[in-house]
Amino acid sequence: MSAPTTTSGSTSAVAPAASVPKRPMKGAGAVTWLDERLGLGGLAKKQLRKVFPDHWSFMLGEIALWSFVILLLTGVFLSLWFKPSMAEVEYMGSYAELRGLHMSEAYATSLDLSFDVRGGLLMRQMHHWAANLFLASMTIHMLRVFFTGAFRKPRELNWIIGLALLQLGIVEGFAGYSLPDDLLSGTGLRIAEGIMRSVPVVGSYISFFAFGGEFPGDDIIPRLYVVHVLLLPGLLLGLIAAHMLLLVYHKHTQWPGPGRTNNNVVGFPLMPVYMAKAGGFFFIVFGVTALMGALLQINPIWMYGPYNPSQVTAGSQPDWYMGWLDGGLRLMLPWESELFGYTISWNVMIPGLGLMGLLFGVLGAYPFIERWITGDKREHHLLERPRNQPTRTGFGAAGVTAYGLLWIAGGNDVIATQFSLSINTVIVFMRFAVIIGPVLAFIIARRWALSLQRHDRELVLHGYETGVIVRSPEGSYSEIHAPIDPSRAYSLTTHERRVPLEVSASADANGVAAPGRGKERIRARLSRFWYADEVPKPTTAEIEEAAHHAQHNGHGADGLDGRERHVGIETGGFVGGDDWSSSESDSSSSSAKR
Amino acid sequence: MKKLSTHRRHPLAGLVVVLLGLVVAGSLYAAVRPAAADGSSSSDTDLIAEGRELFVVGCASCHGLNAEGIEMQSGSNNGPSLIGVGAAAVDFQVETGRMPMARPDVQAPRKEGMYSDEEIAALAAYVASLAPGPAIPAPEEYSTEGASVARGGEFFRTNCTACHNFAGAGGALAEGRYAPPLKGVSPEHIVEAIVTGPQQMPVFSWLEPQDRKDIIAYLERLEEQPAYGGSPLGSLGPVTEGLWGWLGGIGSLVLASVWIGNNGVRAGKKKQQ
Ligand code: HEC
Ligand code: HEC
Ligand code: HEM
Repeated sequence: MSAPTTTSGSTSAVAPAASVPKRPMKGAGAVTWLDERLGLGGLAKKQLRKVFPDHWSFMLGEIALWSFVILLLTGVFLSLWFKPSMAEVEYMGSYAELRGLHMSEAYATSLDLSFDVRGGLLMRQMHHWAANLFLASMTIHMLRVFFTGAFRKPRELNWIIGLALLQLGIVEGFAGYSLPDDLLSGTGLRIAEGIMRSVPVVGSYISFFAFGGEFPGDDIIPRLYVVHVLLLPGLLLGLIAAHMLLLVYHKHTQWPGPGRTNNNVVGFPLMPVYMAKAGGFFFIVFGVTALMGALLQINPIWMYGPYNPSQVTAGSQPDWYMGWLDGGLRLMLPWESELFGYTISWNVMIPGLGLMGLLFGVLGAYPFIERWITGDKREHHLLERPRNQPTRTGFGAAGVTAYGLLWIAGGNDVIATQFSLSINTVIVFMRFAVIIGPVLAFIIARRWALSLQRHDRELVLHGYETGVIVRSPEGSYSEIHAPIDPSRAYSLTTHERRVPLEVSASADANGVAAPGRGKERIRARLSRFWYADEVPKPTTAEIEEAAHHAQHNGHGADGLDGRERHVGIETGGFVGGDDWSSSESDSSSSSAKR
Repeated sequence: MKKLSTHRRHPLAGLVVVLLGLVVAGSLYAAVRPAAADGSSSSDTDLIAEGRELFVVGCASCHGLNAEGIEMQSGSNNGPSLIGVGAAAVDFQVETGRMPMARPDVQAPRKEGMYSDEEIAALAAYVASLAPGPAIPAPEEYSTEGASVARGGEFFRTNCTACHNFAGAGGALAEGRYAPPLKGVSPEHIVEAIVTGPQQMPVFSWLEPQDRKDIIAYLERLEEQPAYGGSPLGSLGPVTEGLWGWLGGIGSLVLASVWIGNNGVRAGKKKQQ
């Protein structure tokens, strides 16, 4: 990473010849042999020169990818010893605290993995930590995509695929958590069974179907095993492949900046720059997972003991990604009603099924809702800074807050003991917080975004505060503001000037009301709400005016930045754009057409 | 008569009934009572008298002059009646520093004890003299010789983990009460807690002496056990694991991303310009 210029310069997409090896390499014979038979060379050449833009937040999804690879590797190791069977055996392994007890084979082999298979405990712990990291990284990756508007056309489908990955990941994690058949596994399954049973009318049938009879039965672990090692990993692999293919097809979005437009991609070629970066990053993710697996205990199944329906432990919690659902269950009011002789358990159904449906329903519909409200049907390849979409940012913040509060509520007992609070107080507080918190978060985040917009406007018009204080002959003090660098000014002004939608002409010439106007009016109102209080970005005239003003008053440019400003506004086009793209191609990075 | 019926619900009314019952039961009990707590010799009477004195000074303000308990107007106990709680309860409460309680609170916290062993023995003897109750366990009742750790683990998971957590790390109960962590609690106090059921904890009358020893053996093993697989993160279950996964795991990976992002090719190029 220290000397990238030479390597990337020579393989820049602008100079395609560079990526053809000049001297025969070792193993080239085999490659040629394969190429002549599979014809992949041409395809690969094209793909390997694909340009990717560079930003740290674009690597969050990569954490998810690499932790999935670690899950596959460690999971295969575990499956060599793990027996998904609920047959009763007597434990005779080396963990004396449980020796002689009767337990399921699944639990016994998990203990063997922990204590009698060399490296087994490390693999179990790495597998589990990787599962936690997999879901956490998918979550932050999704938040990045949301807050920067990367889900907009043409990427809606990939957004949906991403959501499916997250959902399947959650189910996969839950299935894994249930496999060892320890006390927590069983407690978790018991709750899952409760949620199944809360489905009106058919609940008990669903539960009997899933468990092959009365809970817990003998079937659930073998069934979950097939789901965990075959069905869901297969689906995940397929969806990940689709996700990556779409990514390559659409090409990555980029942050706006000089030379970067909606029609190009500025970045570095996949080979070798990105390959090296990504490969290196894999080892970092692997290293962090291995360190955690080696140093931090996770899921100490030997402490929980084998599942026994008559036992339960304080601190029974699911893994973090289910925690917010558990929180919903813990906060829900005890509502139940009787209907035609059936009990409807709202208290389980609403949080158990409703929350998950709500989260993924809202997230899945979001791109389409926003598109409808803003009426923006164009393709977007440039990202938006969260501040430039205050309403979206506000909704995002509200969602994160609601999720976070439910999540905290899932650990209410741990919070109560660790902070010496009454658990009842925590619950009552959380019930209110879950309703009020998101509203506050929306208002605060939106305001915040708007004031950042104002700040940007100030920066562009009046420059930045240099910290240099001057005293005028009259004795008054003022701080010198210096114009910001033109490329920065460009980046701060590339976003569009947005105007709320108007209701179209109310009636045609004959006075007949146009159909669908009610809908349009709602939309216009929503759109006004969406863009309300938007701080207009400065116009060219305003900037010129401000520059003049600065010169006349003597603050400003003199001696600090004498350069002429090149700021493209309105059109989003950079005044010196052509220069930029040519200078880009001289240097290390390259730019490609979309 | 009217007066009597209005005081039907007075705590002393219950006490009178209990005492009447005890008169009957006590004589029967005396025959089967363990030898150690039996036989009121003259030294015992001295001890009881000394205990009563200590009690009047340190405990009567809450538990009443005769340990009959004091009921507040609101109906809540300032201090409950100690008649029949036995020497084991006094020994447990005072040795673990819970009693005397510093101020009325939802739960008396464990703290540094205020009484010497002799004083505790005297207090215990006094309370035990009021009515029979569980005696202070003899050392052979909590020695773990020949105890089965695996069996103890089963008893522990079935009876205790619901409140005290799978690793004895403690847990929350309703209204600000909590089951305390069991780390470092002496075997004697474990037996006393099991037989007297302090506060929210039930009296585990169904646990045989051998079962109690097994539980103690299991708890001792948990403390000696090496931390298999690394730091147990407080043994609080998935909540702390999740916290570590986010703050430690994802936190460090995001930092790594930022680092790579800032030290990438582009940054290199910038520096050269
Ligand atoms: C500030 C008031 C207060 C003082 C002083 C106090 N106690 Fe208590 N005591 C309580 C309360 C309240 C409880 C019941 C709740 C609890 O156990 O924490 C209690 C419970 C007890 C119990 C347990 C009863 C049972 O049912 O197991 C014993 C034994 C006891 N006290 C002994 C003593 C002794 C001995 C002293 C004096 C050294 C003392 N207390 C001083 C308030 C007090
Ligand atoms: C219903 C919940 C509950 C259950 C079940 C329970 N306990 Fe407790 N336990 C408590 C509470 C509450 C306290 C604190 C009592 C106090 O502070 O006076 C406690 C205190 C203790 C103490 C004293 C700890 C100290 O800090 O001095 C021990 C020892 C103990 N329990 C052991 C056990 C054992 C062994 C079992 C199983 C046989 C068990 N408990 C079951 C609630 C419970
Ligand atoms: C997205 C992918 C995956 C996730 C989120 C995931 C998650 C989990 C979790 C949380 C556990 C419990 C681990 C424990 O603490 O013991 C588990 C167990 C297990 N997983 Fe996975 N897993 C994934 C993929 C796989 C794959 C691909 C395989 C095998 C091919 C696999 C095989 C196993 C086995 C055999 C166990 C039980 C072993 C034991 O509990 O000791 N997993 N998984």
